[in-house]
Amino acid sequence: MTSTTLDDERRIRRIAFSQKLSHWDVRISPYLYISPFFILFGIVGLFPLLYTAYVSVHQWHLIGGEGDFVGLDNFAFVLQQPQFWIALRNTFSIFLFSAVPQVGFGLIIAAVLNENLRAKTFWRMGVLLPYIVAPVAVTLIFSNMFGDQYGLVNNVLRGIGIDPIQWHSQEIPSHIAIATMVNFRWTGYTALILLAGMQAISRDLYEAAAIDGASKVRQFFSITIPQLRPTLIFVIVTSTIGGLQIFDEPRLYDQFGQGGANSQWMTITIYLYNLGWGQLNFGRAAAVAWLLFLIIVLIGLLNLAITRRIAASSDVPGERRSRWTWRSVRHHEQKKVEA
Amino acid sequence: MSAQAVDTHVGSAPAERVAPRRRRLINRQRPGWMAYGFLLAVILGSVFPLYWSFLIGSGDPTTITKQDIVWWPGGNFLTNAAAVLSNESVNFWRAIGNSIIVSTVVAFTVVLFSTLSGYAFAKLRFRGKTGLLIFVIATMAVPTQLGVVPLFIAMSKLQIAGTLAAVILPAIVSAFGVFWMTQYLSSALPYELIEAARVDGASMIRTFWHVALPAARPAAAMLGLFVFISTWTNFFWPFIVLDRQNPTLPVALSLLQSNYFVDYSVVLAGVILSTIPLLILFIVAGRQLVSGIMQGAVKG
Repeated sequence: MTSTTLDDERRIRRIAFSQKLSHWDVRISPYLYISPFFILFGIVGLFPLLYTAYVSVHQWHLIGGEGDFVGLDNFAFVLQQPQFWIALRNTFSIFLFSAVPQVGFGLIIAAVLNENLRAKTFWRMGVLLPYIVAPVAVTLIFSNMFGDQYGLVNNVLRGIGIDPIQWHSQEIPSHIAIATMVNFRWTGYTALILLAGMQAISRDLYEAAAIDGASKVRQFFSITIPQLRPTLIFVIVTSTIGGLQIFDEPRLYDQFGQGGANSQWMTITIYLYNLGWGQLNFGRAAAVAWLLFLIIVLIGLLNLAITRRIAASSDVPGERRSRWTWRSVRHHEQKKVEA
Repeated sequence: MSAQAVDTHVGSAPAERVAPRRRRLINRQRPGWMAYGFLLAVILGSVFPLYWSFLIGSGDPTTITKQDIVWWPGGNFLTNAAAVLSNESVNFWRAIGNSIIVSTVVAFTVVLFSTLSGYAFAKLRFRGKTGLLIFVIATMAVPTQLGVVPLFIAMSKLQIAGTLAAVILPAIVSAFGVFWMTQYLSSALPYELIEAARVDGASMIRTFWHVALPAARPAAAMLGLFVFISTWTNFFWPFIVLDRQNPTLPVALSLLQSNYFVDYSVVLAGVILSTIPLLILFIVAGRQLVSGIMQGAVKG
C-alpha cells in the first residue's frame, strides 16, 4: 500500500519535473539559438564599429597604442587635408561610373532574360560567370588590358584610328577603367536580381497593355520600370554601401597601390589604409572610417528620401495607369466569358 | 527541359507558375534571334577577360608588348604557372590551402549560426522577437568593414594577427545569413511538422536537428555557397591582417604584382590558377547560385 503510493508520488513528481524541464526548454531554447549570432556579431561586428569612434578621438599609434584624448583633432586634421577631398571625389566619381551603367545595362540584360528563352539556365549562368572571379584577379586582368602603352584597349583604339587614352595617368579615364572592373563583376549579378523582380510582375498587366496596343518598349517603361521600384531601390542601396568602400580595384590598379602618382584614383578606403598602415596613425584612420560611415548612412537616407519623393510624385499617374490597365484586364476577361 | 526543371525547383518565381492556359494566350512566344545574339555577346564579354588572361598567361614577357594582338594561346602556360607556384615570396601553395581552410570554416559557421537563429526567428515564439529581427535587418546595411582599426588592435592584443584565426573570426556570423534563413524557413517549414515532433516528445534541440535542419538544407547549401565565394574572393581584411608568409589567395595574387617590374605573363597565369577552383565550383553549382540570387532578391 504505502509503497505503491510512494511510487505514484514519485512518478507524479517525475512527470512534473520533466514538464517543468520541457517548459524551460521551450522558453529558453529560442534565446539559446539566437545568442551565438548576437554575441558574436556584437563582438566582431558592432563593437569594433563603435570602438572606432573611441579611437578616432585619441592619439593612437599602430605600435605605441593609445595616447592622449585629443577631441575632434583627428577629424579636423583629416578634413583639412586636400587628399581626403580628392579621395572623396574619386570615390564618388568611380561609384557613379559603375552604378549607372550597371543598373542600366542590368535592366536590359534582365529584360532579355525575361523573354521566353530556350535553355534559360544556360544564359542565366553565363551572365553570372564573372561573379566568381575575385576582384583582385579582375583588377590584374583589366589593369593589363587598360595599359597606357601596350594595353589591349589602346591597341584596338589605335587599330581603328583613335588616339590611345592614358588609362592610368589621367583622372577620368582611370575612373572609367576601375568602374569597368566593378561592372564586369557585378552587372550579371544585378541583372539576375532585376530579373527576379521582373518575374514577380503580374503577367496580366502586360496582357492588358498588349491588348490596348502598347509596344514592347512602351510596356517596359510603363509597366516593368514602375513595378520594379522596390527591387531597384534594393540594388541601388546595396551598391552604394559596397561602392563607397571600394578598395581592391584601385589598390591593385598599379603595382604601387597608392592610387596613382597624383592620387588620381585614390579612394577613401585607400586613404584610410595609408593613414593607418602607412603612416601608422590609427587615430586619423579611425576618423576617416567614421566619416565614411556617416557618409554612407547619409547617402542611404538620401536614397530613401529621393525614392519616396519619386514614389509620391509618380504614384498618381502610376496608379491611374495601373487602374486603367486593370480595367482592360477586366474588360478582356469579360470578353472571354462572353465568347 | 532541364531549364524547366530548375524553374519549378526555384519555386519562388511566380511568373513561372502562371497557368499554362494564360501562358499560351499572349506574350509567351519564343523571342527572335536578336535576343540570343545579344545574350551571346554579353557572355562573350564575360568570358573574354578570362580568355585574355589565359592568352597572356600562356605567352612570354614579349607577348604583351607586341603591336599586333596574338589571338591564340602560346605554349608557356605550364612554365608560367610553375613560376607562380615556385615563387618563394608569394607562397602560392600555402595560399591555396589557407583559402580552402578559411572559406570552408567561415561558410560552415555562418550556415550553422544562421540556421539556428533563422529557425528561432521563423518558427519559435519568444519575447522581443520582432525587435531583435528588426535589429538583424538593420545591421545588414551597416558597413562593418569600417571597423578594421579596432579589429586590428584587438587581433594584435590577442596576438593572433597574421594567423588564419584573425581572418576567420570577424566573418563567423552574418546578419544577411540570419535574415536569409529566417525568410526561407518561415515559408518552407510547416508548423505541423514541428508540433508533431513536439507531441512525440522530442526536445527543442531534437526538433531542430531532425525537423528544421533537413527542411533548411536547400537554403543552407545556397547560403554556404555564397559565403564560400565571398570569403574566397575577399581581399581587404586578409590583406591588412595577414603577412606575406601566410597569405590567402587574393593576397598572394596581389604580391605577384608588387614588384617594380611586373611580368604579366606570370601574373595572369597566377590569375588563371587562382580562378580554377571557383570555376569548377561554378560549373558544379552555378545553377544553385542563379536560383539563390533570384530567391534572395524576390524575398529581400
